[in-house]
Amino acid sequence: MTELEEKIINLVVDISGEEDIAEERDLDLFEERVLDSLAAIELLVAIQEEFGVSIAPTELEREEMNTINKIIARVSERL
Amino acid sequence: MDFYVEPAFFVLSGGIALVGALLGLFERRQATFGLVASLAMLGLLFFRSVPALVYAALYLAFSLGLYRWVLGLFERHDPRAVTLYRVALGLQIAPLALYKVGVLFTPDFPGFLGISYITFKAVQALIEVRDGLIHDMSLTEYLYFLSFFPTFTSGPILRSRAFVDNVREQPSRDVYLGRLYRGLGWFVLGALYKFVFSALAQWALWFVPSVLDSPVLDWLAKALFFGLDLFFDFAGYSDMAMGLGLVLGIEVPRNFHMPFAATDIKEFWDRWHITLSTWLRDFVFMRFTRFALARKLFANRQVTACVGFVLNMALMGVWHGITLDYIVYGLYHGLLLAGWHYFQQTSKFYKAQRKQRWFKIVSWAFTMVAVFFGFALFGGYVFGPAR
Repeated sequence: MTELEEKIINLVVDISGEEDIAEERDLDLFEERVLDSLAAIELLVAIQEEFGVSIAPTELEREEMNTINKIIARVSERL
Repeated sequence: MDFYVEPAFFVLSGGIALVGALLGLFERRQATFGLVASLAMLGLLFFRSVPALVYAALYLAFSLGLYRWVLGLFERHDPRAVTLYRVALGLQIAPLALYKVGVLFTPDFPGFLGISYITFKAVQALIEVRDGLIHDMSLTEYLYFLSFFPTFTSGPILRSRAFVDNVREQPSRDVYLGRLYRGLGWFVLGALYKFVFSALAQWALWFVPSVLDSPVLDWLAKALFFGLDLFFDFAGYSDMAMGLGLVLGIEVPRNFHMPFAATDIKEFWDRWHITLSTWLRDFVFMRFTRFALARKLFANRQVTACVGFVLNMALMGVWHGITLDYIVYGLYHGLLLAGWHYFQQTSKFYKAQRKQRWFKIVSWAFTMVAVFFGFALFGGYVFGPAR
């Protein structure tokens, strides 16, 4: 696991409070109600603080960042 | 001419839909025709009131000017871009805000039908220019987006990037046929909701209380049938607008998605007047919470979210109108969302039980009681004069 992947998984676990999602990187986080709109915005703020990557709230559709793997992909594209 | 009410509207939009459908089926561009038809329909919408016609035309021109100005600021990396963008945003909102305050003093305060919805759309465009998400929407495309007649008076609230994508693509006949079928289906369903079910609910709203001999039951029946009428009327209108939009090649977003199946209040707002609640979520709630979280304005994220919910929904209430009923309605939903959010986040009981069937049923029942009480507030059955 790269450092980026690890950091992002930690952020999602931190924000959602759900430990076991680290194993399920293709789980739909919104469908399963692991994340909601507030958690999504917390994640964007955390990503900005952690990686200096700024993503506007309406920049991505939910389907573009609804799993851990997709979130990792969106951040790496912007680094 | 009142949209979705007068027979003339249905005759004319039927004609427009027919021409639009032929263009689509023969794989010709629909947008130019759609723009001309929209401007003509707006002319008919306002032809009984010249001041409203002039105001609407000026506001459209003003919005185009603001958009061009803000786009230019960011294009040439003007050092004052962010400050001037804020000025532009204020100017964009001012006519609606003035109108909402003005009507408290005189019902003749200048405004026009659809000013709210055009403001939502224009604010979205300006914010997304600032976010760097809109670069190349032309003025003609923007004019079409703002004036698109099926959704002009009461939504659903379109988003400009999706709209422009639809305008620029040339779907194959098969793809367009799919849209056409879906559009006709939504239109028929919407007409059924609005002209049959909503009419039935209105009849029940009058009839049922008249045979009940108890003030409590009477009030409950009013809250129930008023809520059902509100739903069938607005969902019916929205579905017709979506249907008409689809026939003209625009994927108008869905506004209602089985709101009475919601098992909690957050889910209710994911299903009720969806384009308004998602607009508020994206441009008020998220912006506020991002601002507050980044600056750590509140003790923790739970408190930030709760303040965000109350602010967000209070604004929704005020937007409906600056009256006691609407403001209390907004605050009520804000507090419900905040309370539910806090419960979800902090309750071990919730986390343990949330997937159980009994919990969902109880939660659904509470949600419906809360929602219909909200409708009663909205309809003025709690504070307003008795109807």
